[in-house]
Amino acid sequence: MTEQRAQPEEAVVTDAPLVEAPADAVAGEVVLRLTDVVKTFPGVRALDGVQLEVRAGEVHCLLGQNGAGKSTLIKVLAGVHRPDSGLVEWRGEPATFANPQAAMRAGIATIYQELDLVEDLSVAENTFLGHEPRRFGFVRRGHMARRTRQILGRLGHAEIPPGRMVRALPAAGKQVVSMARALSHEARLIIMDEPSAVLAHDEVGNLFRIIRELTAQGIAVIYISHRLEEIREIGDRVTVLKDGRTTAANLPARDTPTRDLVSRMTGRTIEYVFPDRPAAEPGGEELLRVDGLTRAGEFADVSLSVRPGEIVGIAGLVGSGRSELLETIYGARRAEAGTVTMAGRTLRPGSVGAAVRAGMGMAPEERKSQALLLGEPIYRNVTLATFGRYARFGFTDTGRERAEADRIAESLELRPRDVRRPVRTLSGGNQQKVVVGRWLLGDTRLLLLDEPTRGVDVGARSELYQVIRALAARGVGVLLVSSEVPEVLGLADRVLVMREGRVVREAPAGELDENTVLDLVMAGSLMEGAPA
Amino acid sequence: MSDVPSTPTAERAAQLPAQSPPVDPAETAAASGQTAAAGRLSWWRGDGGEGARRNLALIGVLLVLIVIGAVTRSDLYSNPDWVWDNVLSILKLASVVGVVTVGMTFVIIGGGIDLSVGAIVALAGVWCTTVATQSYGAGGMIFSALTVGLAVGLVNGLLISYGRLVPFIATLAMLVAARGLAAEISDKQTQVSDNSFINGLASNNLLGIPLLVYILAAVVAAGWVLLNRTTFGRRTVAVGGNPEAARLAGINVKRHTVLLYALSGLCCGIAAIMLTAQANSAQAAMANLYELDAIAAAIIGGTLLSGGRGTIIGSLLGVVIFATITNLFAINGLSTEAQNMVKGGIIVAAVLVQQVKFRSVTQFLGRNRLTTT
Repeated sequence: MTEQRAQPEEAVVTDAPLVEAPADAVAGEVVLRLTDVVKTFPGVRALDGVQLEVRAGEVHCLLGQNGAGKSTLIKVLAGVHRPDSGLVEWRGEPATFANPQAAMRAGIATIYQELDLVEDLSVAENTFLGHEPRRFGFVRRGHMARRTRQILGRLGHAEIPPGRMVRALPAAGKQVVSMARALSHEARLIIMDEPSAVLAHDEVGNLFRIIRELTAQGIAVIYISHRLEEIREIGDRVTVLKDGRTTAANLPARDTPTRDLVSRMTGRTIEYVFPDRPAAEPGGEELLRVDGLTRAGEFADVSLSVRPGEIVGIAGLVGSGRSELLETIYGARRAEAGTVTMAGRTLRPGSVGAAVRAGMGMAPEERKSQALLLGEPIYRNVTLATFGRYARFGFTDTGRERAEADRIAESLELRPRDVRRPVRTLSGGNQQKVVVGRWLLGDTRLLLLDEPTRGVDVGARSELYQVIRALAARGVGVLLVSSEVPEVLGLADRVLVMREGRVVREAPAGELDENTVLDLVMAGSLMEGAPA
Repeated sequence: MSDVPSTPTAERAAQLPAQSPPVDPAETAAASGQTAAAGRLSWWRGDGGEGARRNLALIGVLLVLIVIGAVTRSDLYSNPDWVWDNVLSILKLASVVGVVTVGMTFVIIGGGIDLSVGAIVALAGVWCTTVATQSYGAGGMIFSALTVGLAVGLVNGLLISYGRLVPFIATLAMLVAARGLAAEISDKQTQVSDNSFINGLASNNLLGIPLLVYILAAVVAAGWVLLNRTTFGRRTVAVGGNPEAARLAGINVKRHTVLLYALSGLCCGIAAIMLTAQANSAQAAMANLYELDAIAAAIIGGTLLSGGRGTIIGSLLGVVIFATITNLFAINGLSTEAQNMVKGGIIVAAVLVQQVKFRSVTQFLGRNRLTTT
């Protein structure tokens, strides 16, 4: 798309050629400036010196891998977190937002990926939620509808009726309502967190048209996306984050080479120690065989295999279908087509029990909501899948359970070691050890790991990597999903890259590098001749 | 950050046996001996002192109520025989609701709710006192009451598990339907029980204690063992505490949910026999509002309405506290209206106390969540 973007009048630079306009071509006043912003959480330095400059009327893109600090940065701007140090200047003045309401009042609106709309209220009610126009304590419904229609008109969507229930709108329509809400607050800066992730292809064009109309009115947009082609199309300038730091600021979005962008996102400064791969190739019969597995809208026609002792990694972004794939293999979702075969036996689709009996175990993506009984003692969480084995005539044997859990805790160096403590008192890394440890009991032959190191601090990560490799050395097959490319490359023997529900590349980990995988994951444009 | 490629973790993990060896009795004994040495927790809760502490608080409340009774009717309390009789009458009063509450406690710990318990008691009571059923004698009456309770509970469970109805709705519908069926069967008449064995359950004593109290004790003991010492109980806590985690650990959540409602229905069947024995008759309007008494007792006893936590002992104490309040008002000649107001107040107070505790937990979790962002 090459049409000229509408710019604020003073921003039009007449003597510079449009295609190669320098970054400074965006000449609107600076509305937001971050200097050396730091935010730490116990065990994690989420932001470690972020610089950011956003001008009125520009689309400023934020680029970075998962865990680079984008989410934390958004939350600092939206008033959810307060920075530990550093300076946030909003429209020329130092600012700290005590809460999300304060940020919104100041004119910063955030549109999260999961839209925060009330499905059973109308478009107008959602637009003015929390600040309805009132007279004598009564909502002025007519006035509200009129102003909503006005705002929707500004967004080029006058056809959405203000009285329509939000539930009845498609995803794209809901996004428009979110933006209408931002405008109803007179927002000067709108932060969009992967807005295109929920949209179909043709709807993205419409989103871009709306963004252009917003910027034409002098509103600044911070746009976050993993899709490079979108950034090229809609963005003015790009700031790249890595490990909570700004590695490049204000690059021109359209003509910075992809290699430059990718290289600034990759090459972690924190090097994790990955265990050595065994010299011998894992051999033997296929343990897991997946053929043509399909679930509409999630993933299509995925085939893969895992051998005993092999670690197979799946790299892909959130929304690429990787977690859904893992859950379907495990039987937690029912496949619409295709088969899952464990050691020669085809599993009944949609049955976790069948998968577990066949020797599968899974550590799901959301530890707290999907894997743990937080108030229960550690040992009961460790034996959650196996307590029936230790029971006799239906009577549990807690003594033996504790002894077994104790053994696991010892071998995984769980801290604290007392297995009678509630699991909620453990750190993220130790909670993950509990979940993995659960499958060390019993006769698990295939372990499915979904983002095993999410929320795990740096020290515990290496330990987990060692545990996973040690399991493989024992002959357990591992299927690992991660959005951190270095993790997949460092840990896995063989790597599958997923994009938009399809496996776009499969290769031994040694034949791939971070740039190649990242590029495949995001766009697939850099690799020539890559099988698509 | 470790920069040694091979940490002790790796070596120890590598030393793990490939799979757990089969259960060896000697090893098991050694293991339990070891944990006993490590410090056994309160024997009557098995694990976790929290439930035990809460139960102690309930016993404290009970003592306060008794003291109030002793102060307001010191004339009666000066007679030891009367005091003993009064204790027995409180327990007898608590026995029927107590049995229902045991089943209810399982359902609530398992993450559900059963509003149909009163209706199931009525239906089972009416069913077992029809002329036709009574002709089969006491055995036939007991069998039919238990079967009806179990069957209705199964229907509840199937509707909720496989029909995906919200427990509140499914059991509310059952409440209405079961009472309707009970009225239909009994033709809205009171059905008198002629069976001397059944009637004797309420009037006869063993060692000076009413048989109904023995039934309550047996059900409570069985419930305690089931919850604390069996895989069924462990699954109940898992299913109610985090259904997704339970499912992903290979537990059949749907089947277990069905069993929980069936268990509640079975308890209602037992209660139906007890209540029929007390009244020497059954009718469609019997056991009215038992669902509220049972839920209230379970909540006061520390069962979390959202599931995953609760104790049988706590629920029993909840029932006994309610019965003691009723008794307190009766011996002082006060109206049931005032009594209901006090009961309402106690429910609110108990839940408020729980929320204070719960809030500190959620705050902790909130802090934790930040650290993992």
